[in-house]
Amino acid sequence: MQQSGCRVVRSCLLLRQGYRPKRKRCAKWHLTNNNSVSKKNHMLPKHLRRLEAESIEIMREVVAGFKNPVMLYSIGKDSSVMLHVAIKAFYPAKLPFPLLHVDTTWKFREMITFRDETAKRLGVELIVHVNKEGLERGINPIDSGSALHTRVMKTDALKQALDLYQFDAAFGGARRDEEKSRAKERIFSFRSAGHVWDPRNQRPELWNLFNTQLLQGETMRVFAMSNWTELDIWEYIMLEKIPVVPLYFAKQRPVVRRSGATIMVDDKRLRLQSNEMPEMRMIRFRTLGCYPLSGAIDSDATTIEDIVAEMHTATVSERQGRLIDTDEAASMEKKKWEGYF
Amino acid sequence: MPSKATIDRVQAGKDQLQFITCGSVDDGKSTLIGRLLHDSKVIYEDQLAALARDSAKHGTTGNDVDFALLVDGLEAEREQGITIDVAYRFFTTLRRSFMVADTPGHEQYTRNMATGASNAQLAIILIDARKGVLVQTKRHSFICSLLGIRHVVLAVNKIDLVKYNKERFDRIVGDYMAFAAGLGFTSVVPIPISARYGDNVINQSDKTKWYQGPCLLDYLESIDIQSDVARQVFRFPVQWVNRPNLDFRGYAGSVASGSISAGDEIVVAASGRTTRVKRIVAQDGNLPRADAGDAVTITLEDEIDIGRGDLLARPNERPEVTDQFAAHLIWMDNDPLVAGRNYILRIGTRTGVAGSITAIKHRIDVNTREHLAARKLSLNEIGFCNVATALPVAFDPYEVNRKTGSFIVIDRFTNRTVGAGMIAFPLRRATNTATAF
Ligand SMILES: Nc1nc2c(ncn2[C@@H]2O[C@H](COP(=O)(O)OP(=O)(O)O)[C@@H](O)[C@H]2O)c(=O)[nH]1
Repeated sequence: MQQSGCRVVRSCLLLRQGYRPKRKRCAKWHLTNNNSVSKKNHMLPKHLRRLEAESIEIMREVVAGFKNPVMLYSIGKDSSVMLHVAIKAFYPAKLPFPLLHVDTTWKFREMITFRDETAKRLGVELIVHVNKEGLERGINPIDSGSALHTRVMKTDALKQALDLYQFDAAFGGARRDEEKSRAKERIFSFRSAGHVWDPRNQRPELWNLFNTQLLQGETMRVFAMSNWTELDIWEYIMLEKIPVVPLYFAKQRPVVRRSGATIMVDDKRLRLQSNEMPEMRMIRFRTLGCYPLSGAIDSDATTIEDIVAEMHTATVSERQGRLIDTDEAASMEKKKWEGYF
Repeated sequence: MPSKATIDRVQAGKDQLQFITCGSVDDGKSTLIGRLLHDSKVIYEDQLAALARDSAKHGTTGNDVDFALLVDGLEAEREQGITIDVAYRFFTTLRRSFMVADTPGHEQYTRNMATGASNAQLAIILIDARKGVLVQTKRHSFICSLLGIRHVVLAVNKIDLVKYNKERFDRIVGDYMAFAAGLGFTSVVPIPISARYGDNVINQSDKTKWYQGPCLLDYLESIDIQSDVARQVFRFPVQWVNRPNLDFRGYAGSVASGSISAGDEIVVAASGRTTRVKRIVAQDGNLPRADAGDAVTITLEDEIDIGRGDLLARPNERPEVTDQFAAHLIWMDNDPLVAGRNYILRIGTRTGVAGSITAIKHRIDVNTREHLAARKLSLNEIGFCNVATALPVAFDPYEVNRKTGSFIVIDRFTNRTVGAGMIAFPLRRATNTATAF
C-alpha cells in the first residue's frame, strides 16, 4: 500500500492578486493493490448494490467529462460513504481528484483528527481551505450568529476555494431525502458564473444521459449520493465496515442546553453562561457540523448495529439537531441561492 | 444477539422500485405521496410538528393536517401553490425501497413528466373520481407509454367524494381501458382510493367492500418488475478508460443490460473488432460475472482500440451501427427545434456527437395521438424525426432497450439540454463499418 503520496495542503485565501498556492498532485496513477483474492465475506443487498453502482457511474462520468474535479469532504457519514465508493469507482487507479475540506475552524476536534487520519490511511490528497478574511474579522457562530457564520465561513469560503483552484466540478454528499428543497435538486446541479444556483435554469436529467458541457466560468455541483437515504447510508457503513467519526456513537460527553438543543462543550470557546452547567450525558450526533451549531441526541447506541437498529425506530429527523435549518421554513433554499452547496 | 439480528435484517435485502405519479392539478398527487411517506413512517415528529404549523398557514384542508405540504418543496412554488419541477421522494418498507418521481400536472410540463418517467418502471396515474378520464389523463398515459413504462396503476382518487360508489369506479375503469388498449402496457391495475382519508392506500378500506383487489402499497410491494434488463442481451457502454500505468488498461462502465463473464467473447460495435473478457476487476477481488446495473471495470485479452463511447456486445448479438435513424423527439427548450440545424447529441456514453435533425416527419398531438404535419417543434411538443450524425453510432431501438436507445440533444451555443430522443429504427446501415471479423 502506497501511503507517502498523501499530502495535506492548507490554503488560506490571500487577497493579493495573482497568489495561487501550488498544489502538487500526488502520485495518483499508482496502483493501490495487486491481484487480490476476493476478501469480501458478504454480498451487499440489492438496493445498496444499486445505489453504489449508480454513484460509481456518476463519479466516473465526472472524471470523464470535466477537466478539474474535486470532492467536497465534510468528514461526516455521507462523505465517508462517498469517499469509500469513489475509491471503488477508480480502482486500481488512485483517486483521480483531491478532497476539499472547507474548514470553519469550529468543527469538533475529533472531526479534524479523523479527517487527517483518513487522508493518511487512504493515501488521498486533501486540501483544507479556511476563509482567512472571515477569520481575521472574527466571524464565529456564537457572536456572529449562525446565518452570518455559515455564509462567510462556509458559503464564501467554498466559492473562494473553487475559484482559487479553478475546479469545474465539485462532488457533494447531499441527499435528496435530507430536506424538502433538495428533493428537486439535480444530480448534476448547474451553476452559472459566480456559482449562482437558479432552480429554473437547471437542465432536465433523463435516463443516465447527463449533460456535462460547460461554458467558461460555469461550474457543476455533482451530488453522487442523491438517491441514498439516511438509513441506506448507515446500512452501507455497517456492511462495508467504513470508519466514521466516533462522535456518531453514544458516549458520556459534557453538554449544556442552549436554545433548546443539547450542545457539547468541545472547547473553551463556547463561553458558558452563568446558568449553563455542563453535565455528563450519554449522547451522540446524527449529523456533524460546527460544534456550537450541532445538537446531540440522547442515545445508547454505541455500535453501528445499534445505530441502524435505532434508525429503524427513530421518530425525529436528522436535521432537527442542525441549528442552521431552524431559522425559517425555506432557509435551506435561501442558502442554496447564495451558493452554499 | 440484537446486533446480529440487525445485520441479518439488512442483508436479507430488498429490491427497489422507481415509479412516477401523474395527474392533473388538484387530483391529489401531493396528498397521496405525503400519505405514503407518512404512513410508512418516513416523516418524523419534528417534520410533523412543522407540518401542523404549515397546515394552519398554507393548508387547504381546514383543521386537518394537509399531507400535500409535506412534499411541496421550493419557496417559489409554495407561494404560487403549484408544483413546478420533478421532485424525488423516498420511502421504504420491509420488502422494498421506493423512489418516487413526483411530477406536475401542468399542460406546459411534458418535459418534466418525460424526465420523471425516463427511469421509472411503473406509473401511478391519478384520476379524480368526480371528473373521470380527462384529456390530461390521456396525455400522461401516452407520455408514460412513449418513455417505455409498461406497468400502470390507475388510482381512482377522491372515491370518498363519490360516496365510494362502485358504478362510478367501474365506468372510469372501462373508459380508461378502452383508451389505453393501444399503448402497449403490460399491466393496468385500477384501485379505488382516497388519498386524503387513506382508503386502500396502506390498508384495505371497509368502505369499498365491493373492491376485491390489493391496496396500493401492497401492490407496489409485490408487483413483479422482473428486471427486464436482465433478460436482454449484453450491452456495455464504455464510460472511462482506466489506465493507471503501462501494465493495466481497464474499461470502466455500467452494464446496461444482460450479463457478462470472464472468458466471454465480445465485439466493439463500431469497429467490429472482437476479443475476450480477461478479468472483471473490483477492489474486493475479481468478479466471475457482472449483471445489468453493475458498475465494473473489465480488462480484455487483446489490446484493441477502445475508448469512451464505444459500445461492447456479444458478436452474435450486435447493436445497430449507423449514421441515420428515425426517432421520437421531445422538445424541451423555449427556442423551437429547427430541422437542418446542427446540435450536439449524447447517445449512451458517446458524448459530443455532431448531429442534426434532418426532417420532422410529423408531430404527435399528445392528447389525441394524432399525427400532424409540422415544420418545427416547440417546447413540450413531440415529433417523429429523422436524425443524422457526423459519425456512425451504435444503438438499439428504444422499445428493445431504454439504456441504449435513448439520446439527448444539446444546443451548441448555450449547452442547454434541448431535446430527448427515443430511437425507433435505423434508416440505413453504416457503410464504413466492418461487420465481419
Ligand atoms: N376529499 C378528498 N380530497 C382530496 C383527496 N385527495 C386530495 N384531496 C384534496 O384535493 C386538493 C388537491 O390535492 P393535492 O394533493 O394538492 O393535489 P395535486 O395538485 O395533485 O398535488 C387538496 O385540497 C386535497 O386535500 C381525497 O382522496 N379525498
